[in-house]
Amino acid sequence: MVNDGLSAIPLLLAEVTPQAVANYALESSAAANSLVGGASYLTAAALFILSLKWLSHPRTARKGVRAGEVGMVVAIVGTLLIFQAVSIKWVLIGVVLGSLIGAPMAIWMPMTAVPQRTALSHAFGALAAALVGTAHYYWLYGLWSEESGIKFTPDHFETAVLAIEVLLGCLTFTGSLVAFGKLQDLIPSSIKGLPNQNVINFSLLGAAILVAIWLAVSPLTHVLFPVLILLGLAFGLCLVIPIGGADMPTVISLLNSYAGLSASLMGFVLNNYLLIVAGALDGSSGLILSIIMCKAMNRSFTNVLFGRMDASKVAAADDVYGGKVKSATAEDVAMLLDGVRRVVVVPGYGMAVSQAQHAVRELFHMLEERGTEVEFAIHPVAGRMPGHMNVLLAEADIPYDKLKEMDEINPSFAQTDVVIVIGANDVVNPLANTDPKSPIAGMPILNVGDARTVVVVKRSLSPGFAGIPNPLFAADNTLMLFEDGKKAVVDMVAAMKAAS
Amino acid sequence: MYNLEAKLFVFLLSTFLGLEVIRRVSPLLHTPLMSLTNAISAISIVAAIQVMAEGITTGGSGWITFLCTLGVIAATTNIVGGFWITDRMLKMFRRETPDGK
Repeated sequence: MVNDGLSAIPLLLAEVTPQAVANYALESSAAANSLVGGASYLTAAALFILSLKWLSHPRTARKGVRAGEVGMVVAIVGTLLIFQAVSIKWVLIGVVLGSLIGAPMAIWMPMTAVPQRTALSHAFGALAAALVGTAHYYWLYGLWSEESGIKFTPDHFETAVLAIEVLLGCLTFTGSLVAFGKLQDLIPSSIKGLPNQNVINFSLLGAAILVAIWLAVSPLTHVLFPVLILLGLAFGLCLVIPIGGADMPTVISLLNSYAGLSASLMGFVLNNYLLIVAGALDGSSGLILSIIMCKAMNRSFTNVLFGRMDASKVAAADDVYGGKVKSATAEDVAMLLDGVRRVVVVPGYGMAVSQAQHAVRELFHMLEERGTEVEFAIHPVAGRMPGHMNVLLAEADIPYDKLKEMDEINPSFAQTDVVIVIGANDVVNPLANTDPKSPIAGMPILNVGDARTVVVVKRSLSPGFAGIPNPLFAADNTLMLFEDGKKAVVDMVAAMKAAS
Repeated sequence: MYNLEAKLFVFLLSTFLGLEVIRRVSPLLHTPLMSLTNAISAISIVAAIQVMAEGITTGGSGWITFLCTLGVIAATTNIVGGFWITDRMLKMFRRETPDGK
């Protein structure tokens, strides 16, 4: 080519009149505001809101899913009608391939793998946003098309929004992939990051923000866009790598929020209100869950993302446990459970790891048949994502009205005969209430020590995520059952059957 | 940016609405909530279609179609997977213990 495109752009840009810009704006909004588009987008937005509203209660929740599905179909059909120029062939190929990946993940994924699947789907969502944002940038500024780049004057604000959108998409993509890797045990949890990880993280973030500002100031600096993408990807990776398993509920919620915000910003750039609404709903959901998770650990966002647990000031395990730990067998526990009035089960991540939920159902039925009242105490951060324990117990056919939140069940421990803690540690550690210097000080816990007897099923005395000993294990009314969660419960049930 | 004020209004109101509606979701259902909102945020499929169409209308490069197709794939994965697994989870939440178990 004699006349190369790059030198032509500045020339033609000079000819752009405010009138041309206004014409474009009118043209593009005319399509989006066309009757059918407007109607379908409004319907979809309303259905998404109803969907979340109906989700608030188990009775109406499945109706909520239906509403969401219908909303999505309406939105896609409406979009195809507005933007008829789209290549139906490629959309179809995308939809078919996406379904081929998504359906098996939904059908065969075991419920214990739900946290991993959620992390992975945040990665997919963020990837979609980042890819579309990138394509839009190159289209907008003429590198990838013959006409568009010469049509507009660069809009600094719009470029800034686009840059933030792509940055969020990229960091959520790698961050979620790392979270997935950690939850799936592909990345060893021993990797805690480099000593000056925070310096690296802040440098990466600072650099990314500088590049975004530079792009906003001179949007035609194409070469900076890949730099922005790389910085975003690197920051996401470095941000999540040092974060441990027990902080995953907060991290997953936060990534959820970023993915939503990214979709919403895309709506700002594309003049698409449905994207703004749906993205904002997703973003606020992630935000609420992150706040709940942080409160349940008495930690701040900054502390989860950049803080490291400091176990140095904590009493040595020997001082806490020395000779005071009483161990019991499954038979002892079975005898203990004979004829009691009220039992509370406290599940933790250990229950998920050992897949003990079905054995727990057996125990639950056996106790109920004997006239014992059984309830489950669910700490908000038990497990690896918000609500993780509830899903596992529901899968095991435990009626959901037996699953109690922390605030609801805490006053009842004093009237409880036996508490069985299965694979939970930090969420029942009384140091949170008694030791202001402890890393978990102020964290709301399940006050299981108020019960007459506490049985802790745990493989060893090894500390939980916080790395501190748990005085509960040495308490006078605590019995330790050193066993894998599933095996312990199976043995308990067998011993109870044998005795009756 | 075109109509920035209106967009900020819509963003602000939907965020507040979202916060109010989602605050009422029982902690029991937080996991399904997250997978449902995740499926809803796959609305970025709409963005992928829009950008692809804009690219094609203006004689854009095949890269636009390529990236947007990848975007459609990623978003569809979440739509199909997200709604499906949410329903699978919710189906398990029962109030009474089934008989005969």
